[in-house]
Amino acid sequence: MAETLTAAPPQVGSFEDLESVVIRFAGDSGDGMQLTGTQFTDTAAIIGNDISTMPDFPAEIRAPAGTLAGVSGYQVHFSSQDIYTPGDAADVLVAMNPAALKACLRDLKPDGFVIVNEDEFTAGNLKKAGYVDNPLDDGSLGSHKLFRIPLTKLNRAALTGIEGLNSKAIDRSKNMFALGLTFWIYDRPLSATLDWVSRQFKAKPEVIEANHRALHAGYHFGETTEAFQVRYHVAPASLPSGTYRKITGNEATAMGLVAAARLADKPLVYSSYPITPASDILHSLAALKHFDVRTAQLEDEIAAMGSTIGAAFGGAFAATGTSGPGIALKSEAMNLAIVLELPMVIVNVQRGGPSTGLPTKTEQSDLLQVLFGRNGESPIPVVAPATPGDCFDITVEAFRMAVRAMTPVVVLSDGYLANGSEPWIVPDPSKMEPIQVSHPVSFGPPAEGAPDFMPYQRDAAGGRPWAIPGTQGLEHRIGGLSKEPGTGNVSYAPEHHEQMVAERAAKVARLAEIIPPAEAHGPESGELLVISWGGTYGSVRRAVEDAQAQGKSVAHVHLRHLNPFPANLKAIMDGFQKILVPELNGGQLSFVLQGRFGRPVISAPKVQGQPYKISELAEHIRAALA
Amino acid sequence: MSTTIPAASLQPLTRQDFVSDQMVRWCPGCGDFAILAAVQRVMPELGIARENIVFISGIGCSSRFPYYMNTFGVHSIHGRAPTLATGLALANPELTLFVVTGDGDGLSIGGNHLLHILRRNVNVNILLFNNRIYGLTKGQYSPTSLPGHKTKSSPMGTVEQSLNPISVALAAEATFVARTVDVQSQHLTEVIRAAVAHRGASFVEIYQNCNIFNDHAWEYVTEKDQRDDRQLLLEHGKPMLFSGGKKGIRLRGMTPEVVSMEDATIDEILVHDAHAPSPHLAFMLSRMNFPEHPVPMGVFRSVEKPDYAHAVVDQVVTAQSQKGKGDLAKLLRGAETWTVTPHRGAADGKGHG
Ligand code: SF4
Repeated sequence: MAETLTAAPPQVGSFEDLESVVIRFAGDSGDGMQLTGTQFTDTAAIIGNDISTMPDFPAEIRAPAGTLAGVSGYQVHFSSQDIYTPGDAADVLVAMNPAALKACLRDLKPDGFVIVNEDEFTAGNLKKAGYVDNPLDDGSLGSHKLFRIPLTKLNRAALTGIEGLNSKAIDRSKNMFALGLTFWIYDRPLSATLDWVSRQFKAKPEVIEANHRALHAGYHFGETTEAFQVRYHVAPASLPSGTYRKITGNEATAMGLVAAARLADKPLVYSSYPITPASDILHSLAALKHFDVRTAQLEDEIAAMGSTIGAAFGGAFAATGTSGPGIALKSEAMNLAIVLELPMVIVNVQRGGPSTGLPTKTEQSDLLQVLFGRNGESPIPVVAPATPGDCFDITVEAFRMAVRAMTPVVVLSDGYLANGSEPWIVPDPSKMEPIQVSHPVSFGPPAEGAPDFMPYQRDAAGGRPWAIPGTQGLEHRIGGLSKEPGTGNVSYAPEHHEQMVAERAAKVARLAEIIPPAEAHGPESGELLVISWGGTYGSVRRAVEDAQAQGKSVAHVHLRHLNPFPANLKAIMDGFQKILVPELNGGQLSFVLQGRFGRPVISAPKVQGQPYKISELAEHIRAALA
Repeated sequence: MSTTIPAASLQPLTRQDFVSDQMVRWCPGCGDFAILAAVQRVMPELGIARENIVFISGIGCSSRFPYYMNTFGVHSIHGRAPTLATGLALANPELTLFVVTGDGDGLSIGGNHLLHILRRNVNVNILLFNNRIYGLTKGQYSPTSLPGHKTKSSPMGTVEQSLNPISVALAAEATFVARTVDVQSQHLTEVIRAAVAHRGASFVEIYQNCNIFNDHAWEYVTEKDQRDDRQLLLEHGKPMLFSGGKKGIRLRGMTPEVVSMEDATIDEILVHDAHAPSPHLAFMLSRMNFPEHPVPMGVFRSVEKPDYAHAVVDQVVTAQSQKGKGDLAKLLRGAETWTVTPHRGAADGKGHG
């Protein structure tokens, strides 16, 4: 518990090697914790660690300063090993104020470090955080190792005399001081962050100077204080060779949409309405107009869906993105898209519900909504990415499916994937399979007696011709009313209606022909099969591997395709005595699996707006095997 | 995808070319027939290839319209036709788009979309058939039904204020706003021609008679014998005279008044200016109604502004001229990359993309 302000002789550091470290940076919304975490992550990635991150921020833009509601956190897990999750619990908590300490302490390992900015532990701030006594003094931190650092004062001292910088701006860069200190503790280079600051604040030399100085000051403080006896090394991970970048799920989704359009030589029309956490996809795409990306911010969710249909009818690659209640608003127009039979992609970045729910927290509770939440018989393909980087692949795949079956396809991302990040091998677009799109072409004015164009004539895959306006001789009308097969003319004939319902269901079911088979990770048969989907991939995979290492008879299937399921899913399930389905909802996939395959499963629901911890899953596996 | 439009067929098209093979299913005597006939008649005169024309509708009697036009068409869902038109324009800004809607479809369930398609100035021709009633659902009051109107859903009369479609369109910054009547086919075709010629969102209110659920709703203004006296035919740059030139509109303060030309000189009569940058004159006209005033017909407002889809595509062109056509490989690399090589199993460098 030592803390020293006076300069001490530089330590010729002793280093300890660690396999993995989880750091949680936490502070007030205005303390720049997201940026601090991102910078730490970028450097870890560049050094070659495997990384996984989880930002956790309040729904309010400016929650009252110093309160628990205003705490913004960023957890980064970096490792010399292949890691799957941002970590169940933190090894280090950097708490910039009492509220951050209070909000995050429960996520710290019992022997974890707490680094606090003790300048912020004033009577007023303690009260705002709900502390009666100062936790730094009353022994309540128990087994945690505490480092009290007068960070505000040290930072101010380091930044004196910068022309044009007021005290507010000085204090704003104290996050860089904290970052510099953590860089010292884990022996990381400052260069990537220094470069980033220089690029970011090109027009503001005083801000560059302030951030550079703060970063250096934090680093040197580590060196000069005697508080830290040991520094730590986390060696690079032996990741598969290749060129890597760091990527978040929303970035990957946006790039997947662009790539799909490029692979089909199409413009991308992305119509959306601002909603957390999907808005970042709109922001990313709006900056990519030079890729012939046409973004539209519509008047509401319904309009965004309608515009997507219009753009698809016009022959563009059309997509929309939403979250939470937005997907409910879109459902009427999604149904129109289903019966018009036009290709498009609907990205739903799931968040906690129902209603407005938990705008910035993650959940997987829209599965049943997108599968069934529309009037009538309304089959729609649904896919779900497993990791942030997978958002790219699954989005491209969604477009392939959409074009083949002439149908809207739903991508079920979630808040955890959307904002979380991981190292990602940069794909080579020249090696990606083009998406074949063919529009029927004009044969000039139809000859006398020639058969009329049949907009709903089925092709081999059950799709229909994508004839677009501007094509002479193919003028036709489509609509939301029931149709005659083939011609698409309005028809209320009972057999026509039933046939069209069956044709739409069949072409969606037949997408299983192009879906990769499910893979059982582990034995092909045994006691327990764990089935997961979406963003829980990492924690479930690790929990299953841990159980396997303990000799338990357990395998894991992670589903990226929820409708249709991979064709071999049933066969895999048949090899196991019990099936465990952990998911971040009340048991929605369990419900579907039981209905579809007629066998009971053990549902492990979690609905807290938080991802699954590996330890929680380990417990579910243990209980299922008991 | 190519947005180039193949050259129109060289043979001149006729009205018949625009008639689809579908049986028209409106009630006999419905005003919609006259509108359909007028639209089909005016189409060949527009010089637009049939394949470049798209009719989009929502739900309601009027919304069956696309099925009867031998062009591209989408019969969409209630109130949402403007949203499909917006996306379609983004995909292909060169198409000639029509949205056919009604007072319920366009001003009730689709009110929001109508406001915003007008505000954005999407290049589309919106034909709003106003019959002041819900026809397809069998006779409930609509947002343009007059206060006190007794219908199935308002047996004691509505207690709601009605909307004035022209005022709404002007408030939504519409660049082209006009009114016409189902039974005045000459006027109807002229207005549609002007609407199509206008680049941007054209809003046309068409007084339409629903002879089943709200017969005679517009008779007070459309009745042949009284038309001259009760309609003011707007012409840009012309004094506002009606009743065979015997009466005119004069401003008193901020209020328009009807004067007999026996009591006024032509200089006192308001001159119509459809191209005025500010919509205030048009708005004033939109508030004129029988019996205080004649009902204005024709083009209230017609001003030039950039259309939405072209503006969006222009930004694409600008971005491409500044940054070059997007390089996908570069985009995927992002700002910062590092390389893991097999022999080291570790990072050995980084780059800025
Ligand atoms: S109900 Fe009225 S508006 Fe509808 S078709 Fe019949 S007459 Fe025309």
